[in-house]
Amino acid sequence: MDWLTNIFAISTLLATIRMAVPISLAALGGLFSESTGVINIALEGIILMGAFAGTIVTNTTGSPLLGLIMAVVAGIGMALIHAIASVTFKANHIISGVALNLFATGVTFFLALVLTGGSQISVESSLPKFLGLSPVIYVTVAIFFFSGFFLYKTKLGLRLRATGEHMAAVDSVGISVTKMRYLGVLVSGALAGLGGGYLAIEQANFFTKGMSAGRGFIGLASMIFGKWTPWGAAGAASLFGFSQALQFRISIPFIPDEFLQMLPYLITIAVLVGAVGRATPPAEDGNHFLKEG
Amino acid sequence: MEQDNHLQADPLIRMKGITKRFPGVLANDSVDFSVGEGEIHALVGENGAGKTTLMKILYGIYSKDSGRIYFEDELVNIEDPKAASELGIGMVHQHFMLVPPLSVVDNITLGSEIANRGILDREEGKKRIKELANDIGFDIDPEATVADLSVGVRQRIEILKVLFREAEVLILDEPTAVLTPQEVESLYNILNNLQEQGKTIIFITHKLNEVMDLADRVTVMRDGKEVGTKEIQKTSKNELANMMVGREVLLRVEKEKAERGEELIRAKNLTVTNDKGVNIVEDISFSIREGEVFGVAGVQGNGQTELIEALTGIDDFSSGTVEVNGSNITDADGQELREEGIGHIPEDRLDRGMITEFTVTENFVLGYHTFERYSSRLFLKLKEMDRHAEEAVEEFDIKTPSVKTLGESLSGGNQQKLIVARELSQQPKLLVAAQPTRGIDVGAIEFVHERLMKERARGKGLLLVSSELDEIMSLSDRIAVMYEGEFTAVFDSDETTKEELGVYMTGSQRQDTEEVRRKALGKVSLTE
Repeated sequence: MDWLTNIFAISTLLATIRMAVPISLAALGGLFSESTGVINIALEGIILMGAFAGTIVTNTTGSPLLGLIMAVVAGIGMALIHAIASVTFKANHIISGVALNLFATGVTFFLALVLTGGSQISVESSLPKFLGLSPVIYVTVAIFFFSGFFLYKTKLGLRLRATGEHMAAVDSVGISVTKMRYLGVLVSGALAGLGGGYLAIEQANFFTKGMSAGRGFIGLASMIFGKWTPWGAAGAASLFGFSQALQFRISIPFIPDEFLQMLPYLITIAVLVGAVGRATPPAEDGNHFLKEG
Repeated sequence: MEQDNHLQADPLIRMKGITKRFPGVLANDSVDFSVGEGEIHALVGENGAGKTTLMKILYGIYSKDSGRIYFEDELVNIEDPKAASELGIGMVHQHFMLVPPLSVVDNITLGSEIANRGILDREEGKKRIKELANDIGFDIDPEATVADLSVGVRQRIEILKVLFREAEVLILDEPTAVLTPQEVESLYNILNNLQEQGKTIIFITHKLNEVMDLADRVTVMRDGKEVGTKEIQKTSKNELANMMVGREVLLRVEKEKAERGEELIRAKNLTVTNDKGVNIVEDISFSIREGEVFGVAGVQGNGQTELIEALTGIDDFSSGTVEVNGSNITDADGQELREEGIGHIPEDRLDRGMITEFTVTENFVLGYHTFERYSSRLFLKLKEMDRHAEEAVEEFDIKTPSVKTLGESLSGGNQQKLIVARELSQQPKLLVAAQPTRGIDVGAIEFVHERLMKERARGKGLLLVSSELDEIMSLSDRIAVMYEGEFTAVFDSDETTKEELGVYMTGSQRQDTEEVRRKALGKVSLTE
């Protein structure tokens, strides 16, 4: 029995890591966006868009690397729309995000039907594994290390974080609030896009409609639970990854499996109920910058 | 005289014919303004006179519609704050431009960071900040988080922020509005040190005492126009006040005779304990009669706020009783107190006094909206509300385009008048007024004082808490001094002086406890 539980634990650990990647990238994306005070709930749609674009490009070019790059580009494209709407035209951040999510759901399903006649597309190749794991996993870890350094130790990172807390102060010292916000939003798009590409190409090996399945929102929950810090977000994303890993791995007598599959979402709610109120979001979250005079 | 000549002969900045129009308002109307190198120049005027607008133009936040700015006799174009910084002009804003969760060093260096290839060199930043602070006579911890620091320290950080950018000219927008008297004192020192270092200082204010204490010259603005520039030795508070308002101002309030009637309120042994178990208000007793103003003097932060908040139902007393007309109201909430006829002009008008996103009418009925005159069983009587608000706007001379205007678009003085109007129009028997004229201009202060005195003449009682000694002295009948949560002395207002009150306010003297209690409860025959 001992060896059985061990293997069980290691496979669960690996599954946790795999599951945590898209969530943590979305969480970090949300963190970049909100560090400049732009709420980005379009992460959900960006993941889906990244997954779709990655799938199509991988299959047409035969290169999963190009597929992943396209996933990032698609994510940036979506984020650009969000930035234009919510920063330049000062639309409500939530509404712009909802619109993009609906757009992504509709457009990916429609294009999948047009291109393949079905709503599911299998991915024909993926990156060679390194030590049994997708290289994207190592890249994600590197991104987290870099982000931690970037946000807290560099000039640009300081400016990004200051923007999310007090836009007028940033403007008063001659820094462009608009540029900072665009940067934050576009980085969030790139990260969530990468998360989507990974999800389809590296993890599931297929694209299917609605496959983001709440990962963007769970990513935002991780960001909040992680108190808007990269390492907090990574930790929270791992917790959610673990709950996703468990949902198909355990079976408890008398409890229908469907209930276990609700686990990630239940944990999300439980964690947010506990975390919200204690964590302070960036002060300018959701605000628009209106310059005087 | 020599100094004066020097100042006029060497203008560092000249603004000529500056005009700035906002929708519906001519904020600056062909204003001329000049500042000599190394002088402290005060810019005074009532709220809305255009002082801040003029300075925001000089600092490049606003663009001017017409006019010219000369810096060292050269025509300059200051199109944004960056251009101003490059000329060596810096501004300390009234609402601080600091990012609370960031450290002092990050805040000061933001935008002019010391960095190697994009990586912050915080050690170097801290060193330079320490040096700058020491140069002007204070110490600062560059690693502290701004959110944890007091308003006074934050202002110093703002000043350092400006100096860090190597400014030679500092513009301070109402720098003392948010400071305690002790903090004001140290700000004076800092500004004097800066002047000694050859910096030029322009400060906006409407407190004439500060002008007289600090400035070399003063420019007065009214209704968007410059009405004159004076050397401080050649002018007086009265002259400046008249220039600001454009008519004769009574700096002293005319106190009418008031009949003292029945006792309105009797408070006994009031104590307020904070969450750390410390008594912020300790064993305070007093009584107020009809037609009487009971003033509470004291340096801010000696428990006045806590006393008022507990008295008005915002907070709770830990012990003691308050009786109004014989009924116990110690634990009453704000609604019950209003029903008892106790009005409240809160200390902080934006935090407690009004909801700025609400209209004038809505703010006018706030707290009284459930009363029969404004509300039926289910619905608000909107027309009645508007009608009463319109009457009040008329009667209290509140400058607003309409009663549907949002509270936030009123100037501070008019917001305060609106709150005073709300409380007085309910005909309260007793009015609790905390800092009723804080941060408002001379004209509005005069108006509020007149109205309060009128209520007194009508036989209303007034509990007045103020950190302005002049106000306490001129309005009160009896004055209690509050120090570290206790009343340490009680005087009849015509038997004491500002100087005497000042001594008790610092805590260096106190009257006998029993005597204080007796006098506060009005148990000695008072000169009537």
